[in-house]
Amino acid sequence: MEYETVRDFSDSWGLIYLVVVFVGVILFTFRPGSRKQADKNAHIPLKEDD
Amino acid sequence: MSFLQKHGIIERNLGLLFILSLLTVLVGGLIEIVPLFYLKNVIEKVEGMRPYTPLELAGRNIYIREGCYVCHSQMIRPFRDEVERYGNYSLAAESMYDRPFQWGSKRTGPDLARVGGRYSDAWHVDHLINPQKVVPESIMPSYAFLASTKLDTKNIEGHLKTNQLLGVPYSEEMIENALADMLAQANPEADGVEDMQVRYPKAASRYFDGNKSELTEMDALVAYMQMLGTLVDFSVYKAEENLR
Amino acid sequence: MKNGIEAALVGLAAFGALMGAAFARDSLFQAHAWILFFILAGSTIILLRRVKFAPAGGLQQDTKAEDTSGYMDDVIRYGIIATIFWGVTGFLVGVVIAAQLAWPVFNIEPWLNFGRLRPLHTSAVIFAFGGNALIATSFYVVQRTSRARLFGGNLAWFVFWGYQLFIVMAATGYLLGITQSKEYAEPEWYVDIWLTIVWVAYLVVFAGTLVRRKEPHIYVANWFYLAFIITVAMLHIVNNAAVPVSFLGVKSYSLFAGVQDALTQWWYGHNAVGFFLTAGFLGMMYYFVPKQVNRPVYSYRLSIIHFWALIFLYIWAGPHHLYYTALPEWTQTLGMVFSIMLWMPSWGGMINGLMTLSGAWDKLRTDPIVRMMVIAIAFYGMSTFEGPVMSIKSVNALSHYTDWTIGHVHSGALGWNGMITFGAIYFLVPRLWGRTQLYSLRLVNWHVWLATLGIVVYASTMWVAGITQGLMWREYDDQGFLVNSFVETVSAIHPQYVMRTIGGLLYLSGAFLMVYNVYKTIKGDIRKEAPMGAPAAAISPGE
Repeated sequence: MEYETVRDFSDSWGLIYLVVVFVGVILFTFRPGSRKQADKNAHIPLKEDD
Repeated sequence: MSFLQKHGIIERNLGLLFILSLLTVLVGGLIEIVPLFYLKNVIEKVEGMRPYTPLELAGRNIYIREGCYVCHSQMIRPFRDEVERYGNYSLAAESMYDRPFQWGSKRTGPDLARVGGRYSDAWHVDHLINPQKVVPESIMPSYAFLASTKLDTKNIEGHLKTNQLLGVPYSEEMIENALADMLAQANPEADGVEDMQVRYPKAASRYFDGNKSELTEMDALVAYMQMLGTLVDFSVYKAEENLR
Repeated sequence: MKNGIEAALVGLAAFGALMGAAFARDSLFQAHAWILFFILAGSTIILLRRVKFAPAGGLQQDTKAEDTSGYMDDVIRYGIIATIFWGVTGFLVGVVIAAQLAWPVFNIEPWLNFGRLRPLHTSAVIFAFGGNALIATSFYVVQRTSRARLFGGNLAWFVFWGYQLFIVMAATGYLLGITQSKEYAEPEWYVDIWLTIVWVAYLVVFAGTLVRRKEPHIYVANWFYLAFIITVAMLHIVNNAAVPVSFLGVKSYSLFAGVQDALTQWWYGHNAVGFFLTAGFLGMMYYFVPKQVNRPVYSYRLSIIHFWALIFLYIWAGPHHLYYTALPEWTQTLGMVFSIMLWMPSWGGMINGLMTLSGAWDKLRTDPIVRMMVIAIAFYGMSTFEGPVMSIKSVNALSHYTDWTIGHVHSGALGWNGMITFGAIYFLVPRLWGRTQLYSLRLVNWHVWLATLGIVVYASTMWVAGITQGLMWREYDDQGFLVNSFVETVSAIHPQYVMRTIGGLLYLSGAFLMVYNVYKTIKGDIRKEAPMGAPAAAISPGE
């Protein structure tokens, strides 16, 4: 494995992979209808029974 | 979109969360660190570089033990003021045998990458014993105990062997003669001095702490500091051949 | 037979330590093995005295281990005490080394020289104070948000005591001069191995509790804690990869050399900040801030983005510690780009934390614990803004190697980590010890302002010291010669070093107030005082 190979792979496919994953995360967090679920989840700490 | 409907899987599935987090954090490290093992200027030798002599290695271990790196860097950046103050900027190859590296992160005191040969042995000894006597405004602690602590010479060949195992080019001959070389470097009247200097070019042999009767930690530390940054001869070094 | 097996195992380990001392290859290993022997032998005796031969439940027992129905809180109580103890210790050592830099006579060679005390200070505050805070709060949070008891029974106790053993071995090692010289990863190979074992046990307890949760969704605080545990494990194992010279000696040589070692170290060092001091403590923020103000987090979806963006970006930013060094140029640039991008998720998280108070801003006036937490989040925002600025190469050229970095680190550590931990402690102590309220809220308020003042003094003086020194180093006269010798740049910042010590003392005195407050709360006392937020509060400092 040559240095140039690693470098080329990282700044092309590696970069694309990471950007796609990241955009995917944002998309699915803000997907339609997620607000209700998120609001429910946000209340988890507040509904406990000490 | 079916992908989006599966979102909840990650949020509910611990294993997935685990693996995805791990993948995310692994990638950055791999892409940044792995190429370094293939880079020309990182792994190629520069004329003059040699492994530490046994005495220098012992001195280096004292340097590490006392936490000198906490206040002194060993990395001259390519700025005009740094080059004028400390000497030629540091090359990657100059720390190729450093396990671990000693670049440091803070200059409470000056950089030491090229301190070798700048001061006399006696200056170093006086300064380590009582820094404020030599430099009144200095805030360095005293290291007087080094002058009275006998150097531990036990198993020095073990230290060389471990380095050899990791890829530092210590020869079998160097390992066999580790103790003799160590003693010879601190005793210019010893028989083995020339042999030692064949094995380790440019290694000086002196009574580094000025005390002929005993091999102390001060000997080792001063021997180490006096060789720092002296191995590469910059009058013949060609930077273009070692492009970053 | 309760404690019997534990006592036997610890006793066996004590014997092993004794053998280590007997056959040690070097004097440092011998000294360290003796220390270990005395600790383990003492622990064996304590355990033996607690061995119960009667069937479980047949006797009045001093532990509640038999009651496995509710949450496991004993270990958290110990964790909180340990957090406070190590916190005060770490701050105290910090004040001592600050004084050493102002007045070198405070160095006592060889054991208490600056070079040996400084790693003691950094490890004590990061790993002992911060680590105990993270372990204790994560155990608390994961049980509450999963509505499940800690997994693994006594394994949680192993994590707690094993971690304390790690701290003591690391600390005594520093004083003896046992160090790898890798910053924030100084302990030698055998202590590293021990920490790995403890850490895996920690992961098992934490993840096991999540597995048996009764809540379908894993609350976001646990994501942060989990990422912190996994990443720290990975960083620790890679960065500490080394080959010991002898299995009965302290010294080891790093698997990496030179440039590779430097980048591995700062990949570790930077992410220790990112995952230990940021992700873990954000887990704290995402639980304790909503609890204390009794409102859900401002935007749960933002917190999810915060999580992924943070762990995605942070891991790349390490090279900003190595600008203009022999590290390849493109790695430096990559590090810079990611460091600057980090500003976004950090501020997203800050806004999320602060806006949790929206609609309840009056609590800032009436509840000093909320005030403590808000100041913590503000310092998180400030230091995560300063960080990207310092990672711009031209700024870094000036700031690197100077006290600016030290000031930056402390505004994060004292401001963010310290304050959010204090907030969590004030939240937890009455609940864990079954008290209706804290001994005194006014003392909390004093703590808030002493600590804040201490940080402001500390960070601003170090900022001035750093810029002064950085500029003096590069100052030229008309003839093109350097103006200042190095030592002139040292004496120039002496006043700032004195001020810094005072800032540290203020912060430390705030911590002492907390010790007193916590002690009285546990005792069950309640101070007679006018309630906060009433007209009388108008005279409290800072109002």
